[in-house]
Amino acid sequence: MAARRIFSLVSRSQCLPRFHPSLLHILGRDTQRGRNINKFSTAAEADELITPSVKIRYTKNLINGEFVDAASGKTFPAYDPRSGEVIAHVAEGDQEDINRAVSAARKAFDEGPWPKMTPYERSRILLRAADLVEKHSDELAALETWNNGKLYEQSANIEVPMFVRWADKIHGLTVPADGNYHVQVLHEPIGVAGQIIPWNFPLLLFAWKVGPALACGNTVVVKTAEQTPLTALFAAHLFQEAGLPPGVLNVVSGFGPTAAFTGSTDTGKIIYQLAAKSNLKAVTLELGGKSPFIVCEDADVDKAVELAHFALFFNQGQCCCAGSRTYVHQRIYDEFLEKAKAAALKRVVGDPFKKGVEQGPQIDSQQFEKILRYIRSGVQSNATLECGGDRIGTKGFFVQPTVFSNVQDDMAIAKDEIFGPVQTILKFKDNDEVIRRANNTRYGLAAGVFTKNLDTANTLMRGLRAGTVWINCFDVFDAAIPFGGYKMSGVGREKVELGLMYRL
Amino acid sequence: MAARALSRLLSRSISSSSSGVSASLLRSSLGRKSEGWTNISRFSTAAAVEELITPQVSINYTQHLINGQFVDAASGKTFPTYDPRTGEVIARVAEGDAEDINRAVSAAREAFDNGPWPKMTAYERCRILLRFADLVEKHNDEIAALESWNNGKLYEQAAKAEVPMFVRLFRYYAGWADKIHGLTVPADGDYHVQTLHEPIGVAGQIIPWNFPLLMFAWKVGPALACGNTIVLKTAEQTPLTALVVAKLLHEAGLPAGVLNIVSGYGPTAGAPLASHMDVDKLAFTGSTDTGKTVLELAARSNLKPVTLELGGKSPFIVCEDADVNKAVEIAHFALFFNQGQCCCAGSRTFVHERIYDEFLEKSKERALRRVVGDPFKKGVEQGPQIDSKQFEKVLRYIKSGIDSNATLECGGGRLGSKGFFVQPTVFSNVQDDMLIAKDEIFGPVQTILKFKDIDEVIQRANATRYGLAAGVFTKNVSTANTMMRALRAGTVWINCFDVFDAAIPFGGYKMSGIGREKGIYSLHNYLQVKAVVTPLNNPAWL
Repeated sequence: MAARRIFSLVSRSQCLPRFHPSLLHILGRDTQRGRNINKFSTAAEADELITPSVKIRYTKNLINGEFVDAASGKTFPAYDPRSGEVIAHVAEGDQEDINRAVSAARKAFDEGPWPKMTPYERSRILLRAADLVEKHSDELAALETWNNGKLYEQSANIEVPMFVRWADKIHGLTVPADGNYHVQVLHEPIGVAGQIIPWNFPLLLFAWKVGPALACGNTVVVKTAEQTPLTALFAAHLFQEAGLPPGVLNVVSGFGPTAAFTGSTDTGKIIYQLAAKSNLKAVTLELGGKSPFIVCEDADVDKAVELAHFALFFNQGQCCCAGSRTYVHQRIYDEFLEKAKAAALKRVVGDPFKKGVEQGPQIDSQQFEKILRYIRSGVQSNATLECGGDRIGTKGFFVQPTVFSNVQDDMAIAKDEIFGPVQTILKFKDNDEVIRRANNTRYGLAAGVFTKNLDTANTLMRGLRAGTVWINCFDVFDAAIPFGGYKMSGVGREKVELGLMYRL
Repeated sequence: MAARALSRLLSRSISSSSSGVSASLLRSSLGRKSEGWTNISRFSTAAAVEELITPQVSINYTQHLINGQFVDAASGKTFPTYDPRTGEVIARVAEGDAEDINRAVSAAREAFDNGPWPKMTAYERCRILLRFADLVEKHNDEIAALESWNNGKLYEQAAKAEVPMFVRLFRYYAGWADKIHGLTVPADGDYHVQTLHEPIGVAGQIIPWNFPLLMFAWKVGPALACGNTIVLKTAEQTPLTALVVAKLLHEAGLPAGVLNIVSGYGPTAGAPLASHMDVDKLAFTGSTDTGKTVLELAARSNLKPVTLELGGKSPFIVCEDADVNKAVEIAHFALFFNQGQCCCAGSRTFVHERIYDEFLEKSKERALRRVVGDPFKKGVEQGPQIDSKQFEKVLRYIKSGIDSNATLECGGGRLGSKGFFVQPTVFSNVQDDMLIAKDEIFGPVQTILKFKDIDEVIQRANATRYGLAAGVFTKNVSTANTMMRALRAGTVWINCFDVFDAAIPFGGYKMSGIGREKGIYSLHNYLQVKAVVTPLNNPAWL
């Protein structure tokens, strides 16, 4: 089942019998093979890039069941982040395309067959779509990697999670009244949902958003990230093939409201304001983070190092919930630091299509430059650069796995979301202090805790103001686990029952 | 029982068949007998207004409540609060601005981060809320008198329905305090997954003047049940009763700083609350335009999640099979209740063409019979509008109705020369595109529209930016079922209106708001969800 396989990647990482919970292990690389690959692939290696065997078939906007050119006729380039070269020209949506997509979605909601189908019929269509996605998973994965730079094996093992099976389980309530009344609550679809997704997990976030909206009977206009427009169009095509009526799912490629990262807290603020200024539509936001990863003094240092490394470097550090403040208890700090540095130095960077590679390029030049600026800022503010700190090669957007020690809470690298392969390691003395420091941020998306002690785990679990607390694990993302932020990391929850709640 | 008394007001208005048509609000719930009617002149005149009853209540609290203490405004400023019967000042109240909001937020922050409140057991919190409900019940009449004095609503409505409803709501939320469960979640691998439902933190709440106490209960009740701390900004028109009940809440054992109240105006006190960086959640009830501003301030500051209960232009649909007499009475009640100052007022009365003439004739008669006067007098059905601004606005809309060629069937002017009394007004021949059919008037102005069939009326009823509520009057179960699903509104009342039990969720579709209050749904507004994941070693089951 699609839903099952999705999670094998991220979930199983920590439950392997012996210690080696790294992502790479799951992806089938064994240690021996790892040795055959040069650490830090060079420009020379980048020249020998593997050409993905996938054709780019869908580059137009999907409106009312048809792939159509932009109203303006304009296109914009989509790149291969390994080389910075253009791989396709994609229809560039603007207001007129959004208008057309919204009016298709409006019509599909107000007059189309979709809201009048039984939930069972809707669930059958979505299950068929899941099967089709599964059937084309290698092709989708290759396209995802080509356009995003993430490891091919990571993409290939991640399937589209489906909220399908909720469709026919949305119940209303009957309500006890204080008098002679019969009171019932109906859970109805909201109508036309506008959904804007980022580039770091184009397919997964497509699924997080489109899945529950369709399961609840809404119609959708998706705006993909300008960096990664391709896989959503492919997936949307498969939804049409599965029998989704025209107009129910519309996809417009194009640029966001600002130059900032679609998914950042700053862009979230703008979107929230636009919703307020227009028609007060309800807004769900998943935004940035600066999630603490807390290693207590009783932790198994080797395991903690491996997990903290994974928590930060996974997906080139481009995760909103990256464990980007590694707090280590002072008694084990020196040992932890030495081993964390060794792990970063062992990390294999290169062509994401190659087996054994652990880290691909960053998404684009803007992000790449931003990361290098933060590294410079770390050096200038007197954090100790333990390893890395520079680009790799001369082509594409590869960054060395970088580790900073002696990081202080008020440094920019400890406060801002870097969104790259830069680990910042901080020292702490006791639990109360680390809880206070961990919470002293405008963000509250996630937290990692590494301890064997049940009391410590219970105290930190309640004390940390974050939407997810992973204890002795990280980045476990089952469809049933709600995800979302406290404070300025967002509004609302995605996945599971509460994901549905916000669309009803 | 308070609960009973309250539902009697809103519930029985329709279902009592005893006295035929006049199953009105006043008759059944307030215990007035028909004989009484004749003793009261319809449309009390200025003369009648001069003999106002002086309420037997003293105004003891006019300062801000911050960190458990009543304190003056930081600036030392005060503003006047009025008796809407006369427009005379009855008290001067501390006028809050950004500095008072800062102090209140830091008290609430401290109470949440370091105070005893979040560390109490849920059962202890529940006990405090129950004790509070008992105290309010004990002071029922005095609180009701103050509410009526400051707002102009009928004393009997406040004393027999609203204060008891307030008590009911707090008992309802007290019951929730120790019933907020997290979930354990089935995982796809060897993991133990649980969700914790935690309080959000400091809640900012801004409430309106039309139901000062009830809106206090809708907001403060769930926030406290879930363990949050609060800064409440009351409406500048009605600052008094919130301070009285807050004092009782402290008497019931609420720790200092958990509930802070700042009186003042929207731009100077509401705005700094909405944009405060240390406020974790915002709830607002008021107009749609102000709601937009509030949401924008939340967006620009710290992205606090916002619940909004805003305006409406709710359709009241009378189908051809309806019992005309009952429908007239309920439609009248749906619009004129509380001087028409309800966000969910049934302010577009759609009547099927076959019964339109009869319905119109009877609605007009009913409006002409409506007794307007001193809200403290028994038998009076309608008091003054809240203030001169609203009063003028209502009169402007009446003029606009006449200018746009709707037929003024009755009313249309002010009553007397003092205070803010408006004649019960009915317009017929109203078209959908007239302002009086599109905008929220928030006054005693009924607009009656004609329709031909169900598809048409559904389409017209939904052709509005609002979606707060709807009324449907029919005997036919198919018609009821069709309408119930097709109407895009947060509440659909079928053969009744304004039934407001604590357990019934309330809120708007479209531009009538975001989120739901009351019922189980209101808890989501004040809870954070935290997912906690740990690996399992050798689990017995998955």
